[in-house]
Amino acid sequence: MAAVGSAFAVWPFIDSMNPSADVLALGVKEFDLSNIEEGSSKTVKWRGKPVFIKHRTKKEINDARKVDLNKLKDPQKDEDRVLKPEWLIVVGVCSHLGCIPLGQKSSDTKGDFNGWFCPCHGSHYDSSGRVRKGPAPRNLLVPKYKFINEKKIKIG
Amino acid sequence: MAKKFKNKTLAWLDYRLPIFSVLREALVDHPTPRNLNYWWNFGSLAGIILVIMIVSGLLLSMHYVAHVDLAFDSIEHIMRDVNYGWLIRYIHSVGASMFFLIVYIHISRGLYYGSYKSPREVLWWLGIIIFLLMIAAAFLGYTLPWGQMSFWGATVITNLFSAIPLVGDSIVTWLWGGFSVDNPTLNRFYSLHFLIPFVIVAVVFLHIVALHKFGSNNPTGIDLTLKQEKIPFHPYYTIKDFFGFGVFFIIFSIFIFFLPNSLGHPVNYVPADPLVTPEHIVPEWYFLPFYAILRAIPFKLLGVLAMLGSILILFVLPWLDTCKVRSCRFRPIYKQFYWIFIFNFIVLGWVGSKVPEGHYLIISRICTTYYFVHFLIILPILGKFEKTLPVPLNIFKTLKVKKKKT
Repeated sequence: MAAVGSAFAVWPFIDSMNPSADVLALGVKEFDLSNIEEGSSKTVKWRGKPVFIKHRTKKEINDARKVDLNKLKDPQKDEDRVLKPEWLIVVGVCSHLGCIPLGQKSSDTKGDFNGWFCPCHGSHYDSSGRVRKGPAPRNLLVPKYKFINEKKIKIG
Repeated sequence: MAKKFKNKTLAWLDYRLPIFSVLREALVDHPTPRNLNYWWNFGSLAGIILVIMIVSGLLLSMHYVAHVDLAFDSIEHIMRDVNYGWLIRYIHSVGASMFFLIVYIHISRGLYYGSYKSPREVLWWLGIIIFLLMIAAAFLGYTLPWGQMSFWGATVITNLFSAIPLVGDSIVTWLWGGFSVDNPTLNRFYSLHFLIPFVIVAVVFLHIVALHKFGSNNPTGIDLTLKQEKIPFHPYYTIKDFFGFGVFFIIFSIFIFFLPNSLGHPVNYVPADPLVTPEHIVPEWYFLPFYAILRAIPFKLLGVLAMLGSILILFVLPWLDTCKVRSCRFRPIYKQFYWIFIFNFIVLGWVGSKVPEGHYLIISRICTTYYFVHFLIILPILGKFEKTLPVPLNIFKTLKVKKKKT
């Protein structure tokens, strides 16, 4: 009994280290997509992390959908990773040890699969943000988001 | 041993609170082996650098601000505006490197002379706990200047916990107090960085209690039974330890005054930017061997476990090493393996600083394997089959043999 009681008493101490209310409140944010042209992408900051918003071209969409799923390390269909095919929205944090992959600027290297390349330990991601090569175990995370209207999204 | 004190006030106080007789026993009368060599200086050196770290850290804390917008600037404020701030900060940052250097030598001494063997296993455990606490303190402290390497080092290391199955991500969020390394993280890191040194002091106290139970090991590794084999700690070892301090302070000063940044990374003088990862993330030199083990294994969880295991394995070392003879002096074959092990560890440190690709990756894998083979295969088997040299009955025997040779 005493042990159970103490365990309950300790919980507030432990939970106090979890994200506080104001940190959680910053967890939902709206972004405007109207000035991102086809073929380019933009980095926005959400929950202290970069989010990659990529306005994909027809070719990039086709490339992402042609891939044989059996060849993927973390098999996921491109259709399951987007709400609208032309907009890919992923958290720009490598699933290996948390570095930020290159590929957002037109001058960046985009890796062997025309997506992103993580310089820390050499993981390559494709135009759907899926890991194709290197030590990363998972694809780039797709955050919870929805379209408020044609050109506006809400992440979180 | 506690003699009465001549001073009446002292005697009155000591009768009620025996701190003076305890101190006298520990620092003055304590019978210590008369044959200790200079490798035995590193315990007291670790003690003095711990004190220096706490004092310099306390002074830095009076000027430092643990906030993401102000931390980097407050360090520059210390460097430029605070009286002798540059000196205190360099003492603290170089001191961290010196602390690890001293402790690595101290541990190597224990490995060479078999100081971990019965009846000193608990003394050895307490030492490993101190080492683990030092690793935590050093990692947390390195985050505080909030430069690029601080931020990304903290990100990479906290991300290691995401390797834990099922609850990994929740644990990382809990550690961060948010969804990335940010202000709540910096605050708690500062708080813990301040706490840990005092925990270290407490464990050092236990380390010394355990040490005094059976006394120091000695270069022959034999149990000392004769009264003449020991001499009082004061003045013989107080003077020797002070001499060691003097030599150490010269080396320490050379680094502080002439090479203060030689052991750090220039990129940490760039303020932390959560949106840009530096090209090559490397920890401080004293973590490199363990970082190499982490990266040698291509699976995230296994890599983390191997890195942790490489330190935790030291806890069971007293039972992995099955040889009854303590000192390497009388173990000709183990002595070879000991130096191979040390060399292997240094090579691990070297590959830890390189990008893990091509032959660097292969070297790191060979060295990681050898690290564990040394503990899990070589030591248990060697203890059974090695033909040890005859061990002397007391230390005077060996001293005489040596004299004849020269």
